[in-house]
Amino acid sequence: MISIKNLHASVEGKEILKGLNLEVKPGEVHAIMGPNGSGKSTLASVLAGREDYEVTEGEVTFNGKNLIELSAEDRAREGLFLAFQYPIEIPGVSNINFLKTAINEIREYKGLDPIDPKQFLALVKEKQKLVELDGKLANRSVNEGFSGGEKKRNEIFQMAMLEPTLGILDETDSGLDIDALRIVANGVNKLRSPERSFIVVTHYQRLLDYIVPDYVHVLYNGRIVKTGPKELALELEEKGYDWIKSDAQNAAV
Amino acid sequence: MNVMTENKLTERILSGSEAKLVSLAGNASARKNALDEFRRMGVPTKRHEDYKYINPEGLFRLGEFMAKANVVRPVTSHDVEEMTIAPGAAKVVIVNGIFIPELSKLDRLPAGVTVKSIADAVVSDAIAKKYHSTIANDSSDAFIAWNTAMNESGVFIHIAKGATCNIPVHVVHIASNEAASTFHPRNLIVAEVDSSLNVIESFDSIGPVKTLTNVVTEVMVHKGAKLNHYRIQTEGDAAHQMNTTCVVAESGSNYCTYTFSFGGAWVRNNLNISFTQEHTESHLYGLYVTNGNRVVDNHTIVDHAIPNCMSNELYKGVVDGKSTAVFNGKIFVRRDAQKTNAYQTNRNILLSDDATVNTKPQLEIYADDVKCSHGTSTGRLDEDAMFYLRARGVGEASARKMLVRAFAEEVVNNVPDEAIKAYLDNRLNHLMS
Repeated sequence: MISIKNLHASVEGKEILKGLNLEVKPGEVHAIMGPNGSGKSTLASVLAGREDYEVTEGEVTFNGKNLIELSAEDRAREGLFLAFQYPIEIPGVSNINFLKTAINEIREYKGLDPIDPKQFLALVKEKQKLVELDGKLANRSVNEGFSGGEKKRNEIFQMAMLEPTLGILDETDSGLDIDALRIVANGVNKLRSPERSFIVVTHYQRLLDYIVPDYVHVLYNGRIVKTGPKELALELEEKGYDWIKSDAQNAAV
Repeated sequence: MNVMTENKLTERILSGSEAKLVSLAGNASARKNALDEFRRMGVPTKRHEDYKYINPEGLFRLGEFMAKANVVRPVTSHDVEEMTIAPGAAKVVIVNGIFIPELSKLDRLPAGVTVKSIADAVVSDAIAKKYHSTIANDSSDAFIAWNTAMNESGVFIHIAKGATCNIPVHVVHIASNEAASTFHPRNLIVAEVDSSLNVIESFDSIGPVKTLTNVVTEVMVHKGAKLNHYRIQTEGDAAHQMNTTCVVAESGSNYCTYTFSFGGAWVRNNLNISFTQEHTESHLYGLYVTNGNRVVDNHTIVDHAIPNCMSNELYKGVVDGKSTAVFNGKIFVRRDAQKTNAYQTNRNILLSDDATVNTKPQLEIYADDVKCSHGTSTGRLDEDAMFYLRARGVGEASARKMLVRAFAEEVVNNVPDEAIKAYLDNRLNHLMS
């Protein structure tokens, strides 16, 4: 699915990712945890193609393609989806029209005809239910005036509409109360399939109670310093990150 | 040295104008007085505060617009049809500043609405006589004085007390000439007490010849009247326009103005609104979309001379290529104008490194119990929004178009007439594809 080798990336000349390796196979869910400033969100942004980030070394292969060379839109068209930590409000751009354009541009990229309008509306109806998104919200401007929880649900709704092969959730749990968290996680779980993988970036173990990962990685200082089964998340919740930090520092020495 | 040149330029225009003046009908002494005012003020230059960003002197220095021969390039009914904005509207066609009854379509106007050539109206109509040249002041601007001296025709629109005009009156201004020339259409709109009227003024040009349309429109909005006044400028690359609209609004009236500048090489809009009675309301909306080497300049003045009035202004611009956009919004709140509400916003998106925006909100407030605000911004498209859209698979060009459309749509959404709105949406689609 995606293979990240020795990835180095900087923003404004400052190196954030310092040789990151990660291999995700179809159907797997990988959680990326780590203390503040370790590079979690940078990883998500770099994979999605945000231009502020410069990849200085390493390679990322996504479904056989060199991801780094693709524009942000082509990455999405190849099946990568980033659920934003802070979804942007875009006044005046209708959620539905924007999604229709996105779907049709993705279809065009794949050599398919535009989606049938009726089929599109049926899809909207179906996917809204997945995250219990109010029909009114789907028709409003993108995220405008949405609550924090609604914005996150809208992210998952969009993911459901675009049907990516790799979903990257960037701190999707931040700012969510427990009910909203459950709804969002349920939405994600319903999208799990043997062909679809997820990278779940999170600060807290809480989300992983709902979206159970196959692997948990600890990102620290721009590298993955520890990988374990889902129980690792519980251990981190209990013991914090300090023991990881000192282990990593000892290893570096 | 400079003064000499300026005077020479003014004299050159004057000599051309004086030669023509003798052939014009109407009140000769009024024309001569106006030309004297023009001589006194001279062609505005860069040193003139109100014209410093667009320098009309520069236009004239090129020697354009001076042709003596006014040879109309024929306009057909098909041409006029192509300029339709709201199907079903009454149409007044003004070619090169002259009212053309054969091309106009006025048979569907309801009772209480009078539309006729202003040249006739100032002779035969008591109301036209009463207001003509009283709202736009010759001594306030050289272009008004020039228009007063030189205008040959234009339209007088009158709606009677309590009348409602259920179809818009569309004034189709067309510049179409075989040689470079200047035209001076003069319009007067009078909305009587409690009347309701929609007026569209569109500006188009046909052909490659350079033209300058120096149009002056006077508007009288009586008590309780409701007037929506649209200005839709879609001229070609050879057309230049100096547009002055002066409005006096009385108590309880609501004058809404919508200015869409989508075309023309050089467009200057002076929009002056005076409140002369309490509880008057006015909304000013503007959208300019510029590219190439075009220049679009909107100067607005809202004069709150008396208490308890409300004005709200929203102008937005999408500025691309090497074009220049200017916005200057003056709001005067005079000493006695307590309880004034006056709001103004100007926002611009720059789509290119070579485009220029000069924006200047200018609030002069002499009363102390008022609510006034202004805001202005000029910037690029929001990078975060661009990334968000692209990260969903929307290509860069489509994402840009989506955001620009959304930005412009805020102005279009304030248009109450669905047909006009549809026309504008369609026009924007063409402009942005």
